[in-house]
Amino acid sequence: MKWGLLLLSLSSFVFAADAQFSGKRDINVSAIVMFLIFVLATLGITYWAAKRTKTAKDFYTAGGGITGFQNGLAIAGDYMSAASFLGISGLVYLKGFDGLIYSIGFLVGWPIILFLVAEQLRNLGKYTFSDVASYRLRQTPIRTLAALGSLATVALYLIAQMVGAGQLIQILFGLDYEYAVVMVGILMILYVTFGGMLATTWVQIIKAVLLLSGASFMAIMIMYQVGFSFETLFSQAVAAKKSAAIMAPGGLVSDPISAISLGMALMFGTAGLPHILMRFFTVSDAKEARKSVFFATGFIGYFYILTFIIGFGAIVLLTNNPTYLDPIKGGIIGGGNMSAIHTAHAIGGNLFLGFISAVAFATILAVVSGLTLAGASAVSHDLYANVFARGRVDEMMEMKVSKYSTIALGIVAIFLGIAFEKQNIAFMVGLAFAIAASANFPILFLSMFWKKLTTKGAVWGGSLGLLTAVVLVVLSKAVWVDVLGNKTAIYAYGNPAIFSMAVAFIGIWLFSLMDQSEDAKKEIAAYEHQFIRSQTGIGAEGASAH
Amino acid sequence: MSQHVYDRVKANPKFAELVQKRSRFAWQLSIVMLVVYYAFILVIAFSPATFAQKIGEGVTTVGIPVGLAVIVIAFVLTGIYTQRANGEFDDMTHQIKEDVRSGE
Repeated sequence: MKWGLLLLSLSSFVFAADAQFSGKRDINVSAIVMFLIFVLATLGITYWAAKRTKTAKDFYTAGGGITGFQNGLAIAGDYMSAASFLGISGLVYLKGFDGLIYSIGFLVGWPIILFLVAEQLRNLGKYTFSDVASYRLRQTPIRTLAALGSLATVALYLIAQMVGAGQLIQILFGLDYEYAVVMVGILMILYVTFGGMLATTWVQIIKAVLLLSGASFMAIMIMYQVGFSFETLFSQAVAAKKSAAIMAPGGLVSDPISAISLGMALMFGTAGLPHILMRFFTVSDAKEARKSVFFATGFIGYFYILTFIIGFGAIVLLTNNPTYLDPIKGGIIGGGNMSAIHTAHAIGGNLFLGFISAVAFATILAVVSGLTLAGASAVSHDLYANVFARGRVDEMMEMKVSKYSTIALGIVAIFLGIAFEKQNIAFMVGLAFAIAASANFPILFLSMFWKKLTTKGAVWGGSLGLLTAVVLVVLSKAVWVDVLGNKTAIYAYGNPAIFSMAVAFIGIWLFSLMDQSEDAKKEIAAYEHQFIRSQTGIGAEGASAH
Repeated sequence: MSQHVYDRVKANPKFAELVQKRSRFAWQLSIVMLVVYYAFILVIAFSPATFAQKIGEGVTTVGIPVGLAVIVIAFVLTGIYTQRANGEFDDMTHQIKEDVRSGE
């Protein structure tokens, strides 16, 4: 139970800092200078990418010519959010071992994506995962549902990122919340509208390299101070905390249903995140798609080991250091999720603090750009080109629509970011993962692996899964009590996935079997064709020539 | 792809072999990952004291190397799959495509 709630509140870790650290900090000059360098460099890349983004394929997939290694870095850049950097190291700082449990949950979805999803996705799809889901099913209903699932996931994730960005930048740079949100919104619109997937990919790659380098430097400096001995690090941490509780599982996982449910949401939700799935179309073939996941898993796993070291380093360096302690409220200034930032200062002074702050900002930009591109693709490629225009649309028009959608999404994100400033949004990332696991993933997975799937089954089962996930989150503590102010939660567990995924899979199975229509027979007959393509890549989309 | 190509792939015994080998391998590795992860979670849920035991004289507990091992296992499994799929399975796929082409 507690563990499930913690997932929901992880996103708010970064955000809640604001509550504890109200008011702005002094303007941090070195952070701003380093951030400006990042912005100028990425805008330069966007200019370069814009000249190379001529066709829809360039816009959605960077021409399909990204290598497996580059894509692995970009996936890592897309996935490692500021919430995971600051939130997980903060969680380790506060709870020790429990923080590790958390990061493991975020990692274990990746092997599953590789074994069951990645290559089939690459062989069957073109621009979005809806291409795969609707490969042999009826375009209009399936694309509409898949696009809604994508947009819901993207919107929830985006709001959480925007609010987090505003509050983080306020603390790190001393900028006003509104300015920060508007600036993030404008930059992501620029990257995506002009540079499409190519610019987004390189922003993510640069961010991943910066984040991994910065975190590596911190971890190495921490290990250097303890003579590269984990035992020394841990014993100093235990001495600082005056308690060995940080070395063992705490109250994070107490009830098995919540624990399993959260594990399912993280594992299968990752395999249903539209901005992550979209990245598989940027590589040339299944071989590169597999390499992408291999490298991504390596980078993300390495990153989580670094955050674990940084969290323990923070315990050693900060716990009894008056420089970083809040004399009035107790604990460290700004709350647990500022621990990585303070640790950066303790290790490398103002300059390194500035660097890590700029990296945190770059991290947010890379994640929101990927999200916006995925959302815009759902609007332009799925809803406009294939549902509204029924596939009869020229490429230029589709690209125009995707650019307008990007601008519209960016503006909506700015407004929602401002509107949700003071709201409790802790449930949003959890809900995004739950929807991805209960609607997007079951449809995608069964369309690839289950011959008897029909349109009716996918639409009914997928919608029921989505609805169950939303209703259960609303009835859970995160919304029912924390947002709506009721006394006790109606749904007692932290995460809906164990039930909502079951509803989706059973619903899809039942409605598919009940579907005896002529269309259903054709859809089942078309499976063999799809299966051969998914297994061999014959007929799959290649990379563009340039 | 044309109906002709697709019938040839389907009729090729190598295709059935590829599908069977790869599916089995992918599912086996998936099950390994699921078992490792859920075993880890269930130990924490039902028997946290197991992970709280100290290793030797110091403060390091059993849970820490086990947790780090789960991360390493996840990465190693992706390596094992990628190695075999990009070698053996892609060679088989290539062979099937060659057979289809040369039969025309």
